[in-house]
Amino acid sequence: MSKLKLVLGVVAITFVTLTAVSCKDAKNEKNNSTDHHSETNMDEDHSKMNHDNSDGHHDGEKKEMAMNGNGTSQAVLNDYFNLKDALVADDNAKAKNLGAVLATSLGSLDISKYTEAEKSELKEIVEDAVEHAEHISESEMDHQREHFKTLSKDITDMVAITGTKTTLYEQFCPMYDGGSTWLSMSKDIKNPYYGGKMLTCGKVQKEIN
Amino acid sequence: MKIVKIIALILVVVFVGIQFMPTERNKSDIVPPTDFMLVNDVPSDIKNKLQISCYDCHSNNTQYPWYNKVQPIAWFLEGHIKEGKAELNFNEWDSLSSRRKASKLRSIIKQIESGEMPMASYTLIHKKATFSEEETQKVVKYMENLKDSL
Ligand code: HEC
Repeated sequence: MSKLKLVLGVVAITFVTLTAVSCKDAKNEKNNSTDHHSETNMDEDHSKMNHDNSDGHHDGEKKEMAMNGNGTSQAVLNDYFNLKDALVADDNAKAKNLGAVLATSLGSLDISKYTEAEKSELKEIVEDAVEHAEHISESEMDHQREHFKTLSKDITDMVAITGTKTTLYEQFCPMYDGGSTWLSMSKDIKNPYYGGKMLTCGKVQKEIN
Repeated sequence: MKIVKIIALILVVVFVGIQFMPTERNKSDIVPPTDFMLVNDVPSDIKNKLQISCYDCHSNNTQYPWYNKVQPIAWFLEGHIKEGKAELNFNEWDSLSSRRKASKLRSIIKQIESGEMPMASYTLIHKKATFSEEETQKVVKYMENLKDSL
């Protein structure tokens, strides 16, 4: 009888592990499905059509581009700032959605007008930034902020090439992860790495025109 | 007691049954020239640690001791290998741009420092994959230096 109990125990443990493991996967899948939703609520933001692509191939592709943002660095910046504001507001769910939105606008960034060297640099920046934006779209707050740090560096490097229409402020908080920077449209400090916990940690480090 | 016996029997049958379900094995004899260990000068103790603790899920070649072949462990591994490789494949390290390498290194350091990697559900079975305080410091320091040298 005790042997039977032992076998029973082993099998039970096995099943508990199996369920535990599959629960974790199920959670991931749920996160993924929220990303898909978010792709639809961004259309309003950048409805401007992508113009003078005169070689006129693939209408469908063009349409998709227009839907996913207008392909400009300005669209990327807008989505980055929206994401930053969600982190400032400690809003995990919103940051998830906006991470996915940013990943899409990054993916449709039109780099055709830049020099070859700039193109290859931009490609690498986008590749890296998309990955961080995607991570943000599926992670918890702490993890979102970790990825936001590298993402901010990518976006700053992008702006160094693409320029910006409005003045931006590079801000720096020495406390988060050995010192971290981010971009903002306003001089006021609202810290995306700490949110409500330490909203005003930081200072303007540089003005970007 | 009879009902217990019947349930036990069913469970045993299921357990034995799932052993015959096929799983894909992550196996490759080829170590591509882009491998992390080939392009970096990695001290042998760190090399060992990474191979034992990370390569099962983050390379094209998983070690399969008997317990890794037993269901449901094999399934568990299969899922994580797929996800893990998509995040980071040490075999394809050198195909990444410097920017992405720096980014991955930052991520690796974070994962090891916070104890998130290797996954707890994995070290449960693979005791050797756990990091001691000293090993953590050593590997993190190595990764920091590598990041600074990019
Ligand atoms: C049991 C399989 C497994 C092992 C062993 C494992 N990983 Fe992972 N790793 C994963 C999976 C699955 C993911 C993707 C999901 C996640 O992030 O949790 C991942 C993600 C990662 C990421 C990206 C995380 C992020 O969010 O940026 C890094 C970096 C990483 N692993 C490093 C390591 C290192 C270093 C080791 C060894 C110390 C290791 N992993 C061991 C399965 C594993």
